[in-house]
Amino acid sequence: MSSSTTLSPRKVSVRVGGAAGDGIASVAETLAKACSRQGLYVYAYNSYQSVIRGGHINMQIRIGAKKVWSQGDQCDFLVALNQDTIARHAAEVTPGGGIIYNKEKIKLDAAALPKGVNDFGIPSSAIAAKFGKSPIMQNTVALGVLSFVANLPFDAVKDVIISTFKKKGDAVVDANVGAAQAGFDFAKENFKKVEYTWQLTGTKRMFLTGNQAIALGAVAGGCKFYSAYPMTPASGILHWLAPKGPKYGIVVKQCEDEIAAMNMAVGAGHVGARSMTGTSGGGFALMTEAIGLASMIEAPVVVVNCQRGGPSTGLPTKQEQGDLFQALGASQGDFPKFIIAPSTVEDAFYTTAEALNLAEIYQCPVILLSDLLLSEHYETIDDLDFSKVKIDRGEMVKDASNGSGTYKRYLSTPSGISPRALPGMAGMMYTAASDEHDEDGVVISDVFTDPAKRIVMMDKRMRKMDTALKNLPDPKVEGPAGADLTFITWGSTYNVVRDAIHRLEKEGVKVNHLNIKYLWPFQSDAISKILRSCKKTLIVEANFSGQLERLIRQETGLSIENHLRKYDGEPFGPEMVHAKAKSLLQGAKTPELAGKR
Amino acid sequence: MPTETLDVAKFKSKIAPDWCPGCGDFGVLAGLQKACATLGLDPKDVIVVSGIGCSSNLPGFFGSYGMHTLHGRSVAVAQGARLGNPDLTTIITGGDGDGYGIGIGHFIHAMRRNINVTYIVMNNQIYGLTTGQASPTTTLNTQTKSTPEGSIENPLNPIQLALVSGATFIGRAFSGSGERMAEVMTEAIKHKGFSLVDVFSPCVTYNKVNTYPWFRERVYDLQAEGHDTGSWDAAMAAAKQPDNRIATGVFYKTSIPTYEELEPAYKFGPPAKQKLGLDKETATALINSFK
Repeated sequence: MSSSTTLSPRKVSVRVGGAAGDGIASVAETLAKACSRQGLYVYAYNSYQSVIRGGHINMQIRIGAKKVWSQGDQCDFLVALNQDTIARHAAEVTPGGGIIYNKEKIKLDAAALPKGVNDFGIPSSAIAAKFGKSPIMQNTVALGVLSFVANLPFDAVKDVIISTFKKKGDAVVDANVGAAQAGFDFAKENFKKVEYTWQLTGTKRMFLTGNQAIALGAVAGGCKFYSAYPMTPASGILHWLAPKGPKYGIVVKQCEDEIAAMNMAVGAGHVGARSMTGTSGGGFALMTEAIGLASMIEAPVVVVNCQRGGPSTGLPTKQEQGDLFQALGASQGDFPKFIIAPSTVEDAFYTTAEALNLAEIYQCPVILLSDLLLSEHYETIDDLDFSKVKIDRGEMVKDASNGSGTYKRYLSTPSGISPRALPGMAGMMYTAASDEHDEDGVVISDVFTDPAKRIVMMDKRMRKMDTALKNLPDPKVEGPAGADLTFITWGSTYNVVRDAIHRLEKEGVKVNHLNIKYLWPFQSDAISKILRSCKKTLIVEANFSGQLERLIRQETGLSIENHLRKYDGEPFGPEMVHAKAKSLLQGAKTPELAGKR
Repeated sequence: MPTETLDVAKFKSKIAPDWCPGCGDFGVLAGLQKACATLGLDPKDVIVVSGIGCSSNLPGFFGSYGMHTLHGRSVAVAQGARLGNPDLTTIITGGDGDGYGIGIGHFIHAMRRNINVTYIVMNNQIYGLTTGQASPTTTLNTQTKSTPEGSIENPLNPIQLALVSGATFIGRAFSGSGERMAEVMTEAIKHKGFSLVDVFSPCVTYNKVNTYPWFRERVYDLQAEGHDTGSWDAAMAAAKQPDNRIATGVFYKTSIPTYEELEPAYKFGPPAKQKLGLDKETATALINSFK
């Protein structure tokens, strides 16, 4: 029926599509884990909707022998779990690949397919019926078929099925393994496999999401209190920490709302428990007053904002980097804070641990800006190095006299950092006040607002940012100096740009890359210096208004010449970035706002 | 025979309260100091957390660790402090606007969680610091700056709300009866679980209705009338204020496990006191759990 074909790319992409409730995640995760455990690198992105049943969702799994930087653009194998998926994706399948679907239920017009795309229609219902009543079992059959036609070792798939269903008992394991085997056998009899040689080293690597990396970074970084209200796409942190956190001494508290989550984290941080809270843009908006509180009373706290499409409820399950301005403007008045955007899964781990340090060293809120793509995509990574995580609790007071006779919690120091005493310590009692206060914590707003004292305290707090700017690692440009084009990114957009850069480099184009991780305090001097040395600049960010571009202009007076923006909810693909770069290097104009396509 | 005197002074701070002369909050401060002294607490192991409002200035006047947080958020911050270090005796103080208005969500959820904190609400039935607007406990028809024709909303009944929300200790006091108030507070702090003490603390400047004489005519002590503190129904009935009399004392108390007793993370000790950092073996196991 199908002819033997060859796939040429270095990486292979599998797209599993259907409606919510069809069991896409189980197919996709089993496949991704199976590949990951064979020594392959996987990057998996689930494009889903805010429904529990119905709608259209698809998970794109890109697999390669080397690090995979993005979900990619192409689809080599399509696993269609419903008719809608055929309509949406069949025409996108790469020649040489094929479409796996239940031909008892789904119609495929083979004549309409691109030349060379294989029709892997299977009688899934009939095959699956032998192994149970659940319609989801058809997905396991499809997995077996995929294993054969894509030339992936069946044992790898089988191992993942066994470990996934182990908890549900032998009967469930046997049924699923049987269904996958039946799918494999059917494919073997009826189809020819695609000639593609996988480089299976058998090296087992970590396979996790950005949210899991954040949770893991919290564990490694000594977080002892995590509070949250459920909100996509931050809930993955809560879901990992809720069962596992207590095993590492972490109190995990689901709260009545984000206001409570943030205020509780402030309370816990104040008494000396490293604390963190996580949410998305809407919840972050509710937290803002207490972010100012944390900065005013100098309580350490980490706030994770996993951005999603806004405004308002917006695109609850879609990608966007639209909260930079919100983070910059969160809460009234001027106060010290950090805004840091991790870029990769690995970086999410190290940066979370670093954020817990920064919060205690500078005694202020640290906002970690993740985004849906970074937080929710699965990726194969090399082992994280826990030994790189060092705990630094900042300056703690040991002696009640503090050199001045009585303990001054908010002592004005050259660094702006006042040595901290924790409640419970003898001889250092004070009240931490959200009203403006003196060095000893006594409020100055009630009787007489002493302007001189106010200035001392404001300056003291803000000085912490000057101190931080001296100590933060410098921004670095990746790639050759004097490149013809410099990419500028923040957050997860880093990855797709890396992907595009690899292709450009192969084509002999000289490009480099500035990723800005510390968004506040802004490293104006170092970034100005870098930008002044660039020939041509292109900023890639997933929002409408170019929030980082504007911040750069505000802080450096420099304008980035070219931008690529996207706010349609789907992540950038490498092709789009590549094409934009090519057009700029050739001097051609392309539409600026990708969302208008 | 000389009687042992309580060391109340150790719970005084160097800051003199700046409430209006005659304010009920003076009595509450004295009562809380007496209660803490009676219980023999060490000031360094006590944290008093407040929101914003006249009464929320209390932590600054109290000799212990303190937090003066945001309007309506004291209960949330205090729960975090308590969960972060359950070795601290955690007392929340604030007013009716702060706790029963803007902060009511946190109040209800803290009660159903049965976190071991004591919440003392200085209920003056008015917004004082903002110069006299209607509060959630302002009575029907009372004229205030925001209700010039008299309030057309029914007041909230904090005792009944606490009963249906699962508070495990519910008391009420009148700032004009200092001794009894201190007793109720002492019992509340001693109680394991969430304890509420709603204190009538007259605002002499902005509330000309609910005055000291007004309360003196109406309040009575439940414990003087054989009230069964184990009966939820009896507490509900007493909280209805039948015959225009106002019950004070202990309405209800029950013993169920506290949130802290059920939280598994505490087997490693208070979060604020745990050693930070993972050993190599734990790190390796974590890495492998993702393979």
